Amino acid sequence: MAEPTLTLNGRTVAFQPGQTILEVAQGAGVYIPTLCYMKDTLPTGSCRVCVVEVEGARTLLPACATQAAANQVIQTESPRVAAARRMVLELALASGNHNCLICEANGECELQALAYRYQVPTPAFAAPPDTPYYFEDNNSMIVRDFSKCIMCGRCVRGCTERQVNDAIAIGYRGSHNKIVAKADKTYIESDCVFCGECVQSCPVGALLDKNAIGQGRSWERTTVRTVCPYCGVGCQLEVHVKDDRILKVTGADAVPNEGRLCVKGRFGWHFVHHPDRLTTPLLRKNGELTPVSWDEALDYVAARLTEIKAKYGPGQIGGWCSARITNEENYLMQKFMRAVLGTNHVDHCARL
Amino acid sequence: MITCSCAATPPAQLTPAQWEKIDAIIAKYKDVPGNLMPVLQEVQEAIGYLPPEVQDRLAEGLNIPGSHIFGVMSFYSMYTWRPKGKYVIRFCESPPCHVLGAENLLQMAQEELGIGLNQTTPDGLFTLETSACLGVCEVAPAMQINEVVHGHLTRERFRQIIADYRAGMAPDYTTLTCTTYEISRYKQPPTDLVLLKNVGKIDPENIDDYLAAGGWQALKKAVTTMTPEQVVEEVKTSGIRGRGGAGFPAGLKWSFTRPLTVTPKYIICNADEGEPGTIKDRYIMEGDPQKILEGMAIAGYAVGASQGYIYVRGEYYLSKHRLAKAIEQARARGFLGKNLFGTDFSFDIEVRSGFGCYICGEETALIESIEGKRGYPRMKPPFPGVSGLWGKPTIVNNVETLASVPAIIEKGGAWYKSLGTPDTTGTKIYQIIGHVATPQIVEVPAGITLRELIDTYGGGMRPGSTFKFCQTGGASAGIVTAAALDTPLDFGSLAQVGGALGSGTMLVADQSVCVVDFVRAVAKFFAHESCGQCTPCREGTPLILRTVNRICRGQGTLEDLALLERLGAAMIDASFCPLGQTAPAPFLSAYKNFRQEFEDHITKKVCAAGVCRLG
Repeated sequence: MAEPTLTLNGRTVAFQPGQTILEVAQGAGVYIPTLCYMKDTLPTGSCRVCVVEVEGARTLLPACATQAAANQVIQTESPRVAAARRMVLELALASGNHNCLICEANGECELQALAYRYQVPTPAFAAPPDTPYYFEDNNSMIVRDFSKCIMCGRCVRGCTERQVNDAIAIGYRGSHNKIVAKADKTYIESDCVFCGECVQSCPVGALLDKNAIGQGRSWERTTVRTVCPYCGVGCQLEVHVKDDRILKVTGADAVPNEGRLCVKGRFGWHFVHHPDRLTTPLLRKNGELTPVSWDEALDYVAARLTEIKAKYGPGQIGGWCSARITNEENYLMQKFMRAVLGTNHVDHCARL
Repeated sequence: MITCSCAATPPAQLTPAQWEKIDAIIAKYKDVPGNLMPVLQEVQEAIGYLPPEVQDRLAEGLNIPGSHIFGVMSFYSMYTWRPKGKYVIRFCESPPCHVLGAENLLQMAQEELGIGLNQTTPDGLFTLETSACLGVCEVAPAMQINEVVHGHLTRERFRQIIADYRAGMAPDYTTLTCTTYEISRYKQPPTDLVLLKNVGKIDPENIDDYLAAGGWQALKKAVTTMTPEQVVEEVKTSGIRGRGGAGFPAGLKWSFTRPLTVTPKYIICNADEGEPGTIKDRYIMEGDPQKILEGMAIAGYAVGASQGYIYVRGEYYLSKHRLAKAIEQARARGFLGKNLFGTDFSFDIEVRSGFGCYICGEETALIESIEGKRGYPRMKPPFPGVSGLWGKPTIVNNVETLASVPAIIEKGGAWYKSLGTPDTTGTKIYQIIGHVATPQIVEVPAGITLRELIDTYGGGMRPGSTFKFCQTGGASAGIVTAAALDTPLDFGSLAQVGGALGSGTMLVADQSVCVVDFVRAVAKFFAHESCGQCTPCREGTPLILRTVNRICRGQGTLEDLALLERLGAAMIDASFCPLGQTAPAPFLSAYKNFRQEFEDHITKKVCAAGVCRLG
């Protein structure tokens, strides 16, 4: 049977039954803006930025949550769509203090990008800059600045659907709506485990990685793709670097974590730049740990192991390694212990 | 800096006995689907409020995340996590109460009690709050103290009521015959019709009275002599259109659900009568509750459902009480339960309560609420008839619709259709409120004119009043001028003149009402009741309010009017659900009909009605 088709901005496009209008448009290279839409979570159709005109429908329909249907005639940028979309953006911009000058999200903010694309300035009816908003920074990892929140709900879906932590929910009603943790407590007083999924989900600057604030604009940073050193899952990381220093870590959209991280992977990287971190081997000489070269250290270890093995037998030697090294390194370690030294006393700290 | 709304909550000091009560409520509902709303309601009833410590206990006991519990309770106006006075006074601010002076009365109440809004008297007796709508417009302006409504408020009357409560004379709502007036007070057509036939004539708390009036015979007829398909066909023949406001043909709705093989299916009676000006369903629930149960059971038989829910708005305490009692008696007599009339048809009903939330009258928001969630409307399609409560096929019908069903089965769809107009068949309960001599409800064949409703049943305009405009169908519909006085009040005719039949309520305003100030009251209602799910409504409804407020204070500009028109168009086009799509309608129709009045407020700083203080 032939694939069903619909008309998208005058073009006939084939689609798979079950696809949303947004998915069909993305497949056809037609841009439809989104804010509340987030991959791998149920579309809520709530921000209304993605509304499109479907012939025969009484109102505009959200492309992210409307199923494509055979013979639909869809306009994604008609004057009616543009007027509604512009007003939605104006309302979102008016809903808080969207001052991009010192906003951490400047350059990465999806609302800013849409305001630019549709040339929507902050409207005259915006809340005055001195309007009080909820602000929370009583923990060492996440800052919540609700003067920037546009109530898209992505953080909640990240927390409940992607991480299944259920630490936050949408609370209150109407324009009083606010993201709440437990009985509207701070994160640290709630069920939050600080995985930071909410921060990564936020399309604006309402949820921030505290350590990165003021440390570098998005265009000053480069990202380095690497693997999380903590456990054997092997989560893929994007390490955000400026001047050879790490500013923050986000989850890379790849297997196995598909963007998710835990508290350690996302926030536990400070050991990298820590002054106490070992940078050369240390050898105890006359009771003092003294920096030495790798050659000297390895010669010493090889000599001592050979000596101990000869004198007491290989069973008197045990090997202990770290869960932070890779599986391959762990493999090499046990191989070395068994094949070279001849002992089965191998273990590692099988925990984080 | 941390600003947290719960930081100010003092640690709850609950006694062991109170904790025991809470645990007993948890145990009672542990395995009931959608248990969160009833548990929160019963715990608040038992303890007085729901502090964070109690929320933690419920989270653990019900295995529901704490964030979800707070998210739900903070959505509904009537839950509280702070202790309140022994008596909570809720002043109605709805448009019908507003045009009769609610704003001044609220000021008066603060003076009389010596406290501000949302404060409690030092003796811990009274907490003063407002309510977006109490659903008692026939006695506007009104307030509710705990479960009991007090209407026609004046300073003297308020003083007397407070003195009575202080003297320990708080009425017990279960002993009242009705919330407002007995129906015998109201002028009705000479012959009894369908919906109000028994109201005021039978004892609503005694099933024998209903049986003596021929009750439960329609269900018997349906179950023992008709196939489900025949029942659906009969309702289709009747042509009855949904009485909740949207006017969708009920028989057609049933016919979509009947053939579905998915089970279980559900019947929901929408008794969340929240549309300002709408008071009709309360009379049926308080006066003839068995009829609603019978209609639901027939619907259940027709579509193949065996479980029903009645979702009653939280403020209707007496309705809930009467319905619960009626269900108990119907079960005892074998009209509800297993194997009705010796057949394999089983049907039972549970009462569920809203708790201060207008949007839960929208069918999908109502379903979410029964499931124990925030009342956020769902995307449609799928419609509830295909995927509703817990994802199963669900029929949601209004009280008035379901209460019409027994008569349709008994006397036939053709008979029902012979009443009313071709557009809106059958009988309709109209509500005539506002500046008429005798605000009341009346059941007549659908299609009388507004003029007839005002003159014959509303007793004409109040002495000294002249008709200025009428808001048709409820707060979300357009307003019409005297030009529409002779329009038949049915779905089609009203839509043609820029109004809407809606719930059949007609709010009549006289020359003392400033149309701009009226739009402000309506805007306040929607800003309060927007669920906040979508951007246009969440941000748009308060923007309408702020802008109209400015115009009322003499600080408006002509650009404000242009903004409201542009905003209105976007809200109609881009809002998620009918609330946001219709919220701009009152302004848009008022502006169309009374443009000069709006512009005078801005350019001449003149309020012709003398209501607005223009600085």
